[in-house]
Amino acid sequence: MKLNLLLLLFIVFSKFSLAAEKNVDPNLIHKNLRCLVCQGQSISDSNSDFAQTIKLVVKDLIDEGKTEDEIYEFMSDKYGDWIVFKPQFNIQNSLLWILPYIALIFGGFFIFSFLKKRQ
Amino acid sequence: MLSNLGNILLFLNVILSLSIIYTANRNLKISEVIDKKIYQLSLIQSTSIIICFFVLIAAFIVSDFSLITVYQNSHSLKPFFYKIAGTWGNHEGSLLLWAIILSIFSFLFLVYNKNHPNKFRLLTLIIQNILILGFLFFILFNSNPFSRISPIPSEGLGLNPILQDPALAIHPPLLYVGFVGASIYFSAAIASLITNYSEKSFSLSIKNWVLISWCFQTLGILVGSIWAYYELGWGGFWFWDPVENASLLPWFAMTALFHSLIVFEKRNLFYFWVIILCLITFTLSVTGTFLVRSGILNSVHTFASDPSRGIYILIFLSLMIFGSIFLLFQKYKKENYDLNRNSKETFILVNNWFMMFYLITVLLGTIYPIFTDALTDNKISVGPPFYNAIIFPVVVVFLIFMAIGPKAKWIKNKFENIRIYFFILIGAIGLNLVILFFFKSYTLLSNFIIISALFLIISSLMDIAKALKKNKLDFARIISHTSFGFLVLFIGLNDIFSVEKDYNIKLGETKKFENYSIQLQTLDLKNYKNYQAVIGKLEIKNINSNQINILNPEIRIYDKPKTLTYEAAIKTSLVKDYYLTMSNIDRSDYYNIKFQKKPLMAWIWISVIMIVIGGSLRLFSNAKNN
Amino acid sequence: MQKIIKIIILFFFLFIIGIFYLGLTKDTNYSTSSLINKDTPEFKIISFDDSNFYTRDDLKKNNYTLINFWASWCAPCKIEHPILMKLSQKKKLMLLGINFKDKNLQAKTFLSDLGNPYDLLAKDKNGKQSVKFGIYGIPESILINKDLIIIKKFVGPLSVDDYNNIIKIIE
Repeated sequence: MKLNLLLLLFIVFSKFSLAAEKNVDPNLIHKNLRCLVCQGQSISDSNSDFAQTIKLVVKDLIDEGKTEDEIYEFMSDKYGDWIVFKPQFNIQNSLLWILPYIALIFGGFFIFSFLKKRQ
Repeated sequence: MLSNLGNILLFLNVILSLSIIYTANRNLKISEVIDKKIYQLSLIQSTSIIICFFVLIAAFIVSDFSLITVYQNSHSLKPFFYKIAGTWGNHEGSLLLWAIILSIFSFLFLVYNKNHPNKFRLLTLIIQNILILGFLFFILFNSNPFSRISPIPSEGLGLNPILQDPALAIHPPLLYVGFVGASIYFSAAIASLITNYSEKSFSLSIKNWVLISWCFQTLGILVGSIWAYYELGWGGFWFWDPVENASLLPWFAMTALFHSLIVFEKRNLFYFWVIILCLITFTLSVTGTFLVRSGILNSVHTFASDPSRGIYILIFLSLMIFGSIFLLFQKYKKENYDLNRNSKETFILVNNWFMMFYLITVLLGTIYPIFTDALTDNKISVGPPFYNAIIFPVVVVFLIFMAIGPKAKWIKNKFENIRIYFFILIGAIGLNLVILFFFKSYTLLSNFIIISALFLIISSLMDIAKALKKNKLDFARIISHTSFGFLVLFIGLNDIFSVEKDYNIKLGETKKFENYSIQLQTLDLKNYKNYQAVIGKLEIKNINSNQINILNPEIRIYDKPKTLTYEAAIKTSLVKDYYLTMSNIDRSDYYNIKFQKKPLMAWIWISVIMIVIGGSLRLFSNAKNN
Repeated sequence: MQKIIKIIILFFFLFIIGIFYLGLTKDTNYSTSSLINKDTPEFKIISFDDSNFYTRDDLKKNNYTLINFWASWCAPCKIEHPILMKLSQKKKLMLLGINFKDKNLQAKTFLSDLGNPYDLLAKDKNGKQSVKFGIYGIPESILINKDLIIIKKFVGPLSVDDYNNIIKIIE
């Protein structure tokens, strides 16, 4: 029984780690890059000249062993932050990333203040 | 001719609005009883604006190109159905539809709230008519659908072909009833503040309106998503695009509102919070309109945009915001609450807490690029990765609360059986493990989302079993909550198990992946009334089961206006959708095909429909109780 | 205390509306300006006749270089061509033409019909090189100085104003 449980845990763990070690997926990257010449579409959704070129370059970069984030950085270096759908975490974007959670915590305090202090 | 008639009717409506405001205002001062004349005026107002809209429809049907709007958005060869649908498929026509919704809601609110103080009803009417006037001026001076063009062109420019679609014909009206309908409780909230009508009966005057607008808003969002799914050709149904976000923002506010209305109605708590939510909902609707129609943001759903519209809506928006704030500041009184930690009141507050979190996140994500651009000259994109990263972890907790909350009792609750939740959790984890082992591994966060969705579903189903025994069943709530659990579950599974393949393929070529083979067999050229189509015949073969599906994606070349569109070929079944798009590659004889296997798509739509059914059940039971 | 909160709320909304107003007055056309004032990227690009490769070193020889991406299938490229021809007479400016996703024969015809303004001519068959320069739709031109710093980027066909601008910079 105990052994079985251990085995189960082991399998679960290996499944997770497999998921974590996944290779860089070009499709995912295409989805997260904006097609600059289209109206609000991603590279993955578009078949324009520009999108095709970017797909080729992304493939090359992956073959060179670049990570997902390095590829985004490369693209925003060349085309500006507009091309990446995932805004970088930097000073300019810090409010964007943090404010929702500040609001969440603040809201929690608010509700707490409405509660009876002692049950 | 039609142009004159339309303009006359618009002017008539301005006069009607003004006279309603005038008579209602005089009525307020001199009498406690509402004058019959006001009902009549209000009825005439609704009728004349509807006639005005029919005049525009007529202009579209007969292709009267002396009207700029008709010239820009129609074409004499356009199918009859889309000539009609084209009336509200453009900016000017849609505003006229808004004016209709504003007027009809105004009239119905007046008629159906006889049990409420007349002062409050009259004031609501006045405020609503001020809003109507605002929109009428906008229509007359900036976006007049009856504006003339000379010399009269012999042919129109045509409607953007991706808008020529049945789903897109009904999507805007649904959505507009949703968020323009929110205007009525905006007006009612202001009237309630001014007349100090803060008893809990106030909630009765607005709760059905909130539910109606919420149901339509949800349906509108659904139809929009379905349209995006089969028309835009990327196989997704939600892109966190500014236009989509603009429809989601009021939805969050409405959802929060009708939940806290329950508390207000039962316990006479949170009056000011309810008022604030009423104000926020319509303010967000107008903000969304501003973002979408002014062209300040770049979006997939192109609406011809124009900065001068932006200025007008911005002024209108500022007046609404500052007017509401000043009034709130004057009337606001601190309320003291002493809620039990474990009570229905607290759990409903928790719902509001999460709704506000979603609202703030989506609003922030939508307008942040405007801020960085205006302040630092740096344009950024906030896309799906941001929303997924911020929102999904919180959804896990939200679903758990959604399962536990509704069972709590008013004032003070005791959990009869904590153990049962433990068993439900074990069950949910077990089911999740089954999915994990038999199909495919997925990320830790996906695991949590699936588990919490299952938790909500199982515990709601158990509620049904329990309530059936006691014969005390709140169907509306259970259906909506269960379906929401299913919605999250199906979206999660769909996301995890979707397969997507992208190939460049020549005529006759076959590509293989996993246990599928895909072959481009023929390409046909066909002529239709208003477009030409290159129709591909692709055979998808499941090698294991030898099952064959033929899919026919199209590349359409529309004449008016000259555009290329790519029509996806979709094979829907209850288990999965096959989704295939084909596009030509410039200067090459290869075709790019994108094949997707999307499991459980149909169930995503069904879940949303069930959520709406839950909402409408509540509406019916309210109507019966009154 | 309550007064302060009220004032904060008011200013918050004023701020948002103000930003919306600023946003409305902004140009919504996107131009990739992120490469300006940056070093020219490393590149190795094959010459049009396949005889040799061009690299950054070839750009150091001259005071200024204008890299121009073009193709025979691109209509606006024809519009800007006369301006390129005029620029080719300037001694201080070297023109590096990069033929983008084109067929050799058609590109040759294009140049023999309209004249060849380029000092160096290279080709980018699959478009990969263009990404290094942040190109997203041709024609685009990039002005580089002797220190290989990118001074200016022109998206779309060069206009007479652009021409005057370039002349001002190089003289």
